Amino acid sequence: MHTRPMGDLTSAPIPPLAEDDHVRGEGEGLIVYADLGCPHCAADWAEFRARPGRLAFRHFPLASKHPRAPILHAAAEAAGRQGAFFEMVDSLYAERGRVDDPHLWERVERLGLDLERFERDRRAEDVAARVRRDLESGLRGGVTGTPAVFDACTLLAVREREF
Amino acid sequence: MIAVGSPAPDFTLRDQDGEEVSLAGYKGSRVLLVFYPMDFSPVCSDQLSIYQEVKPQLTEKGVELVGISVDHSYAHKAFQEKLGIDTTLLADFEPKGEVSKAYGSYLDLGFSNRTLVLVDEEGKVAWTYESPNPGEFPGANVIFDALAEVPA
Repeated sequence: MHTRPMGDLTSAPIPPLAEDDHVRGEGEGLIVYADLGCPHCAADWAEFRARPGRLAFRHFPLASKHPRAPILHAAAEAAGRQGAFFEMVDSLYAERGRVDDPHLWERVERLGLDLERFERDRRAEDVAARVRRDLESGLRGGVTGTPAVFDACTLLAVREREF
Repeated sequence: MIAVGSPAPDFTLRDQDGEEVSLAGYKGSRVLLVFYPMDFSPVCSDQLSIYQEVKPQLTEKGVELVGISVDHSYAHKAFQEKLGIDTTLLADFEPKGEVSKAYGSYLDLGFSNRTLVLVDEEGKVAWTYESPNPGEFPGANVIFDALAEVPA
């Protein structure tokens, strides 16, 4: 999915939280760059959610590695427009085998969202741009794997790998 | 690592489809050689997936992306398909690691370290990066920082 024009990709600290960031909880906390198609993110998600304090989710879909990821991130963003961003993310991570379109529609129904609006929103240009904005800010911040966890704007941890 | 400013050693290697590819064939455009340890390893997978995300922007800047490892063309083809990437992958297979050695990227472990070499339009080494260890790779930002410092 390279439909969006991209900006400067030189190094830059990740941006501080903005009004349209996806944030749950209050006080000090984490900013997590995560991929909704990533099994490691799914495994760690419950732990992130259980932590006290604030949790901010930023999109980092790697389309080549996880072909459904861009669609899932757009779905979460579209659910967010109806106030159910984290409910969608929780559900996508909880049931990783159920990520086809009919499964997304089931979730929309279960969450009591407007399906027509969801379908329109998840295909909208500005939704794709919003996802891409996070991906780019992560790339500029040096994210090389997911989940990448930041405390304020400092990278705390990225998944360890040997080679 | 090979010194910046020196001529980039020419090579001819087979790509993922078994076709011969020469560095000389890229003369007139910039090439980013991405030496990496091995197909299918977790870090290499992440590295090439991340670079795939920014490939259109590299193309915009007139930079061709080329991966090189000691794996065979058949492994490259399977790796490319598994990752869903279209980056050219060259097989530094026989003599094993010869090109990697010419660029000072080979490790005694039997594979290449994770290094980047930017070759300019004239075939000279314009910039290099060597990872402190093969478990780490430079993010896409490092490449774009280099391109900002080394304008075409």
